[in-house]
Amino acid sequence: MSATLLLAQLLNGLQYGVLLFLLAAGLTLVFGIMSFVNLAHGSLYMMGAYAAAVAYAATGSFAFAMVAAAGAALVLGLALEFVVVSRLYRRDHLDHVLATFGLVLFFNELVRIVWGPQPYFLQVPDALSGTVDVFGFSYPSYRFAIIAAGLLVAVGAYLLIHKTRIGMLIRAGAQNPLMVAALGVNIRLLNAMLFAVGAMLAGLAGAIAAPILSVQSGMGEPVLITTLVVIVIGGIGSVSGALYAALIVGLVDTLGRAFLPMLLRQVAERSVADAAGPALASMSVYLLMAVVLAFRPQGLFPAQPR
Amino acid sequence: MINANLARPGTWVPISLLAGLALVPFVATAAGQPFWIAFFTRIVIYAIAASALNLALGYGGLVSFGHALFLGLGGYAVALPSFYEVGNGWLHLALCVGAGAAVALVTGAISLRTAGIAFIMITLAFAQMGYFVFVSLKNFGGDDGLPIAHTSRFGPLDLGSPLALYGVSFALLVLVTWWLARLRLAPFGMALRGAQQNARRINAIGLPVLRYQLAAYVVSGMLCAVAGMLLANLNAFASPSTLTWAVSGELIVMVVLGGIGTVFGPLLGALAFLGLEEVLKGFSEHWMVVFGPLIVLMALVGKRGIAGLLDVMPGLTGQEGWIGQARNDKILSGSQPK
Repeated sequence: MSATLLLAQLLNGLQYGVLLFLLAAGLTLVFGIMSFVNLAHGSLYMMGAYAAAVAYAATGSFAFAMVAAAGAALVLGLALEFVVVSRLYRRDHLDHVLATFGLVLFFNELVRIVWGPQPYFLQVPDALSGTVDVFGFSYPSYRFAIIAAGLLVAVGAYLLIHKTRIGMLIRAGAQNPLMVAALGVNIRLLNAMLFAVGAMLAGLAGAIAAPILSVQSGMGEPVLITTLVVIVIGGIGSVSGALYAALIVGLVDTLGRAFLPMLLRQVAERSVADAAGPALASMSVYLLMAVVLAFRPQGLFPAQPR
Repeated sequence: MINANLARPGTWVPISLLAGLALVPFVATAAGQPFWIAFFTRIVIYAIAASALNLALGYGGLVSFGHALFLGLGGYAVALPSFYEVGNGWLHLALCVGAGAAVALVTGAISLRTAGIAFIMITLAFAQMGYFVFVSLKNFGGDDGLPIAHTSRFGPLDLGSPLALYGVSFALLVLVTWWLARLRLAPFGMALRGAQQNARRINAIGLPVLRYQLAAYVVSGMLCAVAGMLLANLNAFASPSTLTWAVSGELIVMVVLGGIGTVFGPLLGALAFLGLEEVLKGFSEHWMVVFGPLIVLMALVGKRGIAGLLDVMPGLTGQEGWIGQARNDKILSGSQPK
């Protein structure tokens, strides 16, 4: 195991974590503040990726594709909030699960009808297609751009939530929505905006991930489930918790996949290690989540420490 | 009282459906349509699995989003012995019930430390873990699944034969439905359903809620594993795809569609779900694009399900006082907002 390989895997983990954070930031607010279980978040991610692919094919501009993806997801999020989600806030979680499960089935099939079952690929833009030298080894600059974009969003979210009036209302709404409404704030509009912004971030994440993954129906589910793990580990409703947990999960998953089979080979027979390694690696984040929940059911970084 | 109950559509419709299911093998054989038997076997097996989930979800209020785990476990309890050329049904059954109970006990004990959203997520995570375990077992087929050459044989009874499988599944469904109907009104079921409405009060009465819930979760997992065993015999195949989260979701949809917490709900839900699937598939391969919004609509409208619909229909004798009945059921089955 060489130092460069380790560094490369660390960066990969960081990049995956940042991508997870883009998804988790919006979802954790929807979970925590509106107490709404949104399984359709992965569908918004998928729609963002498709929107980017279509916009890129039409214009050839990568920047425009990003904007189009974010915009499309924002509009879709607003529409979903208005048609389905806003009617379910006061129901129990089972109804949330059902409705959003139905939405997932719908969007997966819709995509298959419109764009067919074969995957799409998005080109990395020319400006970012090169590599960057880090301590003597080269790493794709596009992946650096992902890390930078994610950290930018993290800073932006922090500023929005802690330094602005809207952020103050969001925090107040999380603690006592009735009181905030009684003070004359349109809490439903606030919820709708919050949901839409979360959707926009999900769409953006889909667009950013599109060049390194294939764009296809059902691409949202694996990443959605990992995002749920992130949110639960970080503490439901906590954006900073989502950031830490996203990075932890990203690193654990990436490093686990890269090094667990190798480590196992040192202690076990090759055939056993080759069979058990990938299994353990793909289970690692779920194991982490089970351990966290068993010892700290409220998550590692809960929103309101008691 | 019994006569009055039988006259209610909520009772006589499902019971006549059950009677109809009993006739399926004869009709299918007479009509020379063996496909019908396989199709209805699937419905009956899913009705058993949904009944199992109903015990945890409907009676206990435990929103488990990971019951596919048990369905898959049951399947591999047949596939793995079959891989080693063991077709002894009793061994399959023991393995299936034992594995289902052990896994449900461990995952349940951890999951029940949480509630609400976290419970949904952690059950989902456990199912995903199971999925990845079976995907990575490359010796046993991994992603592609494992064909079952040696179906479960209980002496002369071979579950590989479609008629025998249908008979066993149907008998089990009737047994499970009857047992769950008794359980619903037994002290155990009462305590469980009471805990769904107000756990603190049940605790205060002196009943250990957590133990009731764990027991319900374990029994539910075992039953679901048995359904998985039957399903594997039907398909002669066990695959990790049985453990995907979509299957867990489908089971929940069946329970809610039929009527959550009701006796016949899971049967009605499985019939309606798989029946509708079959009909929609006839029209288009993209049937999900219609089915998805239907599920959304169902969630939006409310969750009394088909059983709830039947309850508000007038009874056979006419003067049934269905409003009082419906209100009564609402009090019994309604959960309080948190």
